[in-house]
Amino acid sequence: MDNSLSPNQALFNFALHMGDNTLIAGHRLSEWTSQGPALEQDIAITNIALDLVGQARSWLSLAGELEGKGRSEDDLAYLRSDREYTNFLLCEQPNGDWGMTIVRQFLFDCYHFELLNALLDSKHEQIAAIAAKSLKEVTYHLRYSSEWMIRLGDGTPESHKRMQNGLDERWRFLGELFEDTETDKVLAEAELSVLPSSLEEAAMNRIEAVLKEATLSQPEVKHFQTGGRKGIHSEYLGHLLAVMQSVPRAYPGQSW
Amino acid sequence: MKNNWPIWEVFIRSKNGLSHKHVGSLHAADAEMAIENARDVYTRRTEGVSLWVVESKNITASAPTDADALFEPAANKIYRHPTFYNLPDEVKHM
Repeated sequence: MDNSLSPNQALFNFALHMGDNTLIAGHRLSEWTSQGPALEQDIAITNIALDLVGQARSWLSLAGELEGKGRSEDDLAYLRSDREYTNFLLCEQPNGDWGMTIVRQFLFDCYHFELLNALLDSKHEQIAAIAAKSLKEVTYHLRYSSEWMIRLGDGTPESHKRMQNGLDERWRFLGELFEDTETDKVLAEAELSVLPSSLEEAAMNRIEAVLKEATLSQPEVKHFQTGGRKGIHSEYLGHLLAVMQSVPRAYPGQSW
Repeated sequence: MKNNWPIWEVFIRSKNGLSHKHVGSLHAADAEMAIENARDVYTRRTEGVSLWVVESKNITASAPTDADALFEPAANKIYRHPTFYNLPDEVKHM
């Protein structure tokens, strides 16, 4: 990547990346609306979806301000193509069954929780403020997904099998979460953010502890899939965006 | 899945100093899940600061058929209401 990345450009990249992660993860969870395994879980998972979409609004608004070209949170969410999205591949993966959804959310939560904790010390006032607000929500997300990991992993033979399948399937997207990009290096240098690699140990310790309690085994993956932050996505993001963006694209500028 | 889960009654303390009030019920596999479900289903609009859950089967209810014997006798004992005392003027907040 470009070595002459300015701090402001790096800040924009970072805010956009945070917004994209939370928006895409939130949108995926929102697909459970009315489809949850029980009424209570239907409400729970869509509460989490709303939390994440709310956080995405904060990050994308900040990104729009930093960019200074007059793009609003809605412009950034609804008028960009998949190649312009910088979310992790993990976030865009389809829901699958309930266990698969929980695995994706749990892996993301472990990373998200550590990152937000670290961002509390950011020298950028708005980043620290968004992190502080988000952390309360994400603390609950992590608690919720951890409990479901354990409940289903250490559940019936069928639930255990499904959780292990989900883990085996999603694990290859985990490595990307702890990759340092040029953006991260510029921001870490200026104490505006931290290197993702610095979060890995704490996040992995938590993941390992939960997997142990859930009687699940950690998959052995040699090659992690990456590319999301550069806009190189799996086949699923385009379809997700087509659904998510269909109304604003069909009726530009409409409000209700 | 849901059919196997027992029903729990949910009680919320709306703010410190007030008592918990029954607000409804839900399904959950165990107490831990019941607390989380109660949080997700019943406190989405800042309804409370504390939650109690109790499995419905642990509540003993009075029988509707006993209502006459249990509650009717109180109806004609109005002297149990403290409305017949003459309060001194100095007592303000009663």
